[in-house]
Amino acid sequence: MSLVALERVGVSLGGRRVLEGVSLAIEPGEIVTVVGPNGSGKTTLMRLVIGALTPSEGRVLRAPGLTVGYVPQKLHVDPGLPLSVRRFLSLPRPVSRAEAAGALEEAGVGHLAGRQMTELSGGQAQRVMLARALTARPQLLILDEPTQGLDQQGSAAFYRQIEELRQRHGCAILLVSHDLHVVMAATDRVICLNGHVCCEGAPAQVASAPEYRALFGTGTQGALALYRHEHDHGHDHAAHAHAHGPEDGAADARGLALDAAGPHGAGAGPGTGTGAS
Amino acid sequence: MFDSFLTRAALAGLGIALVSAPLGCFVVWRRMAYFGHATAHASILGVALGMVLSVSILWGALAVALAMGLAVAWLGRRGHSSDASIGVLSHGALAFGLVAVALTPGLRGDLSSYLFGDILAVTRGDLAVIWGGAAAVMALLAWRWRALLTATLGPDLARAAGIDPRREELVLVVALAVVVAVALKVVGALLIGAMLVIPAAAARPLARTPEAMALLAALLGAASALGGLWLAYLFDTPAGPSIVCLAAVLFAITAMVPRRTG
Ligand SMILES: Nc1ncnc2c1ncn2[C@@H]1O[C@H](COP(=O)(O)OP(=O)(O)OP(=O)(O)O)[C@@H](O)[C@H]1O
Ligand SMILES: [Mg+2]
Repeated sequence: MSLVALERVGVSLGGRRVLEGVSLAIEPGEIVTVVGPNGSGKTTLMRLVIGALTPSEGRVLRAPGLTVGYVPQKLHVDPGLPLSVRRFLSLPRPVSRAEAAGALEEAGVGHLAGRQMTELSGGQAQRVMLARALTARPQLLILDEPTQGLDQQGSAAFYRQIEELRQRHGCAILLVSHDLHVVMAATDRVICLNGHVCCEGAPAQVASAPEYRALFGTGTQGALALYRHEHDHGHDHAAHAHAHGPEDGAADARGLALDAAGPHGAGAGPGTGTGAS
Repeated sequence: MFDSFLTRAALAGLGIALVSAPLGCFVVWRRMAYFGHATAHASILGVALGMVLSVSILWGALAVALAMGLAVAWLGRRGHSSDASIGVLSHGALAFGLVAVALTPGLRGDLSSYLFGDILAVTRGDLAVIWGGAAAVMALLAWRWRALLTATLGPDLARAAGIDPRREELVLVVALAVVVAVALKVVGALLIGAMLVIPAAAARPLARTPEAMALLAALLGAASALGGLWLAYLFDTPAGPSIVCLAAVLFAITAMVPRRTG
């Protein structure tokens, strides 16, 4: 049974279509990465999954009693609010001192327990939020750009750690990332988003295709290629279904599309309407 | 012991200071100061309405303060939390309230007591209302404390933890309306906002946890209430403003304390 399933979900924010026809399902224990350019609706998708947004079309199904650990893209703590890291971990559920220390240690910030939230650097804050999410003993861990505040070494180490997190906590992980080449190795499935699901697939299958190398490559050039590919989509949704650029059309045709790829791909296509049961 | 008007005034001031502290902390953390003002200003209109409809002034003030709080929250949810629209509501409510009071027979002379409070005229019945309201609001805040804090950090963080941030906002709106209504007689509509914000802001530099800030705000608020009353008695100054003056002085003192780090 899926932890979360989106069925042909559409979202409008401030009168603009932000997401359209998005269908996907997250299975227990899998690691799913969402990639896409700025403003492509990645954070919006995370907010749908945690229930902070109600879709204007379609529906979001959550497994009953689902526990979610959520690490937002950024957290603004008002300077008027005195809040130590230790205290932050106990919101909303009180956690024991040992549990808090363990989670902070696991996130690599064991030495910060006594610090104020407002005094943390971006990367430190992100790790502290990860520690807090872990104390919720989540079935689904949602990380919105967890490496944006980390240095390059830190982010490489983080992706190695993701697999460990899954092993130790037995949770599914849904994450948003820009570090495509790094994340590829650490993920079961990649969803490429640009207002709609452009393509989706298991990285192994996707990566073995020559088209994948042409599009994603390895290293920064590949990432840039992906972005070009995505920018070829208009946000003009009246036209978007047929507005794919030539590169993208080629990619779809050769099996990058979500309907064709990956062990989970078959049930998760935009047209298949995956159920949560 | 409730016989002396000064004792009753002190108890009234203490009750308001205690309940204003934790609520005022949320007002500071969530930057809801405008919210407090709008709610308090609206209560003046409630006073006039209560009089005209011959229900008690307390219920009139409570109902209109609550309606204003809900209106402001609704506007905020629709993205209108700008200074302009809140300002229109807040000052509009005050102006309509003042006009309504002037048109209400039998209220005209009392206007300044609703604007600035008349703590020395507090009766035993008023005391019961103040402490009843204060106890109810403190119990409500204590019950929702962690959920309120989580929602204050961010609506998405709350949602992910299964907390409805809109419900927690509603809790604060109701708490604010109750405090405004019961404090009207003590500090008046113009200074309730000050009693909410100033002790909490004065406590901020001394606190390292939210709970410590609320407790310190309660201490500073209580000291302001009792000290302000005493000063008003000594120098024959108006009691409500004297209390707020002392709170502001305490704020200035704690603001000079260097913030501890580490
Ligand atoms: N509350 C809102 N009201 C109106 N528009 C919004 C709102 N939130 C997001 N948007 C718009 O929705 C689109 C998608 O935003 P979203 O935050 O999901 O993008 P993203 O993929 O997470 O981008 P980034 O990589 O920069 O984090 C953007 O065009 C944004 O301007
Ligand atoms: Mg985002």
